Amino acid sequence: MDLHELNDIAADQRAAQKPCVIRCCMAAGCQSAGSVAVLKALQQAVTEAGKQNTVEVRSVGCLRLCCQGPLVQTDPDQRMFQKVRPEQAPSLVSTLDGRTTDAEPCDPNAPFFALQANVVLVNSGRIDPEQIEHYIAADGYAALARALTEMTPQDVVEAVTRSGLRGRGGAGYPTGVKWSLVARSKGDRKYVVCNADEGDPGAFMNRSVLESDPHSVLEGMAIAGYAVGASQGYIYIRGEYPLATQRLQTAIRQAGRLRLLGTHILNTAFDFRIDIRIGAGAFVCGEETALMASIMGERGTPRPRPPYPAESGLWGCPTLINNVETFANIPQIIRRGPEWFASIGTPKSTGTKVFALTGKVRNTGLVEVPLGTPLRVLVEDIGGGSPSGKIKAVQTGGPSGGCVPAHLLDTPVDYESLAAVGSIMGSGGLIVMDEANNMVDVARFFMGFCMDESCGKCIPCRAGTVQLHRLLTRILDRKATRRDLAVLEQLCGMVKETSLCGLGQTAPNPVLSTLRHFRHEYEALLRDE
Amino acid sequence: MAVRTLTINEKLVSAPEGATILQAARENGIDIPTLCQLDGLSTVGACRLCLVEVGPSGRLQAACVTQVAEEMVVRTETPKLREYRKMIIELLLTERNHVCAVCVANHHCELQDLAVKLGVDHVRFEYLHPHLAVDVSHELFGIDHNRCVLCTRCVRICDEIEGVHTWDVSGRGTNARIISDLNQPWGESPTCTSCGKCVQACPTGAIFRQGSTVAEMEKDRQRLRFLLTAREKREWLV
Amino acid sequence: MARLKLATVWLGGCSGCHMSFLDMDEWLIDLAQAADIVYSPFVDAKEFPDNVDATLVEGAVANEDHFNLARQIRKRSRWVISFGDCAVTGNVTAMRNYFGGAKEVLDRGYVELATQKPAWPSDPGVLPTLLDRVVPLHQVIPVDFYIPGCPPPAGRIRKVLSALIEGKEPHLEGDDIRFG
Repeated sequence: MDLHELNDIAADQRAAQKPCVIRCCMAAGCQSAGSVAVLKALQQAVTEAGKQNTVEVRSVGCLRLCCQGPLVQTDPDQRMFQKVRPEQAPSLVSTLDGRTTDAEPCDPNAPFFALQANVVLVNSGRIDPEQIEHYIAADGYAALARALTEMTPQDVVEAVTRSGLRGRGGAGYPTGVKWSLVARSKGDRKYVVCNADEGDPGAFMNRSVLESDPHSVLEGMAIAGYAVGASQGYIYIRGEYPLATQRLQTAIRQAGRLRLLGTHILNTAFDFRIDIRIGAGAFVCGEETALMASIMGERGTPRPRPPYPAESGLWGCPTLINNVETFANIPQIIRRGPEWFASIGTPKSTGTKVFALTGKVRNTGLVEVPLGTPLRVLVEDIGGGSPSGKIKAVQTGGPSGGCVPAHLLDTPVDYESLAAVGSIMGSGGLIVMDEANNMVDVARFFMGFCMDESCGKCIPCRAGTVQLHRLLTRILDRKATRRDLAVLEQLCGMVKETSLCGLGQTAPNPVLSTLRHFRHEYEALLRDE
Repeated sequence: MAVRTLTINEKLVSAPEGATILQAARENGIDIPTLCQLDGLSTVGACRLCLVEVGPSGRLQAACVTQVAEEMVVRTETPKLREYRKMIIELLLTERNHVCAVCVANHHCELQDLAVKLGVDHVRFEYLHPHLAVDVSHELFGIDHNRCVLCTRCVRICDEIEGVHTWDVSGRGTNARIISDLNQPWGESPTCTSCGKCVQACPTGAIFRQGSTVAEMEKDRQRLRFLLTAREKREWLV
Repeated sequence: MARLKLATVWLGGCSGCHMSFLDMDEWLIDLAQAADIVYSPFVDAKEFPDNVDATLVEGAVANEDHFNLARQIRKRSRWVISFGDCAVTGNVTAMRNYFGGAKEVLDRGYVELATQKPAWPSDPGVLPTLLDRVVPLHQVIPVDFYIPGCPPPAGRIRKVLSALIEGKEPHLEGDDIRFG
């Protein structure tokens, strides 16, 4: 495979494109709503209508408005249908001839779609994630080709640095800085690891990306491998994501067959292989040192840093670890240029962010917006507000994050602004709460999660989260006094400052942020001494 | 070997490059409490008792795993550190059933000593009182999970010194347990050599010699020191 | 100086702490000169009196009588002192918690292990109802000072009482706070 052949594949694919496409969402959300039967019915309807030569029924990734699945979208007339049932397939196909259908329409120009950006999710819901040719026709692997043939590894690192991209796993560490650290680390062998152990309650951003556009992640990893000098990559994906895993496996196989992975990639001297490692259900394995331990076949527990993975990671070798979404951004940064990327978002938080919008909000689903978009736009315009009428708070960052109260909804979604109001960007979980949600109960839910997911290695996290959970339960049972509240606050500070890894260090955040913004709800539950 | 000069508790001290803060402090007679750390074993930084304040920001770092650096400023005794260390001991005391009055290690227990040293005269948190097993299937020794603090000294000494790896950890969070081999009774372990190193390494009465009764079990740490010297210096000094 | 009004109480414990109290031997004579023991297993008072200066509480809180007495003690004492490991930590008394709640414990003790007439003891008004969990004293009422030990050695008790007699805040440290 060389550049010409890659271009040929793209050209062939585009030429073979049928005039009409019916896209049926086959991501996990719509599949669970019955989209497999819908897809089959659509294919049958097209055959029965004798339109096989002009209409392609395409299995695609996430079409974003998950709450209304199964979703179907038609081209070229750009219509969308929601909650589609298999029996509606014949009439739906007939709309391509201008006939009517009883399938429920969905307005693709509604704010939910219109206000979204298309960078990471550009191919999501467009291409068939199981067809590498589709990805190539959408300029896929062109960035890898450019990196390998026109850029030095230093150029690539430089481009990523200039783009201002920051880690999408949550902490927001500048990606370029991380890459240059690994690139500069000495070692014959280096590794690139993709962290796909997405585990925050209510989060499905990475799963959607992997199910919808797995090649973008593979391409991003290969470019990273070239940039830092690694020839082996691992994707650590949680075991609860069988569909994403299967699509990744298919993608890796297809890319290998076309020599876009493996040895002598695109006829260059660059070798890069990607293997999948499947997690066994421990949230803590999303923490990078625990993740590496798990990849190496050890018990998935974190270890103190330094040494950082960039210096000593897998088997003691320099290792680059990035999140799924971080890698998915890379091909576009290389292809469209770092300046283009940096022009999106805010000066310190460039690009877009994918969110999983859930909770007490009308439109739940997958959302991508430029960083710096106010939370209000996300939950009220895109999300359509709360069905009960009044949003109380928005939880960002999962169990490590915090609650942003309604009066701060104009906070722009960027790393610094969210931190300033006591929350974090996190990996992209966004849970909307209304007046029916008691914030102490919310805090206890997340504390229960951290307690269950603590690995048990360090004492503050192992035993501290249990005590915090008990104290919150005491408060909810109206058995706690001011003394207990004081102990709760003290213990939060202790667990935050003394825990070994990020899980424990951030476990008190949901308590601290609800105490900050909703202290009266705690106090209302206290009893007299 | 290069030497690093740093300040610990306002005192200038020097330590070889690569030494940990804990080593540097101990060399200079500065005591930092530890529990999971045991000379001769790898460090895991798990108990968090040896946290010290480093640098102007006072960032907390585990002294047992943090290497000294030139001009590093370390504080090992601040009100915050004292309070946090105390809370760590309190948390441990609530987590399992540490009833000193009926323990073989009473008065010979590192957890009890730490409670004394750190001023724990009562515990502010609720006791969990879990129902835990005692395994006395081994003919010489027993393991009482009521008294285990999950320091993993037994796991490491068995793996790193005896080279057997009979012990490991199963489960997670507060449900984590020390297990022998594939979570089978210790007495049925096909790998255990009955060397007894874990008995000596255990800081509490969790792993004990059978037949010892309340307050009878003194640990012979000299034996571990002997092994360490033998391994590191090839000197078999009795 | 006014004589110290001292009380000692025996909740869910073995009375070992009170035995250790008696081990203060001849110092008890000094104590008798500086303090009045207004309520104690050692004396005959039936009602816990008002305006007590200091109350040493032995034992964990294991039944409703303990619970009610503890609340009364707190109301009527200036200083409440947890006296011995059972009051401070729950200690041996709390070991029944491993079995579960009161029901499980009574079943275990009076049904499963009974050799004859397996039945819960029942004597309303005489036998107090067991609390579901045995807890240390400070989980029921605020406690001012702690004397750990099972039992606390006589010298440790004396240090605390001496301080109280002298009108100082008692303070134990070092080996004097050792559990067990």
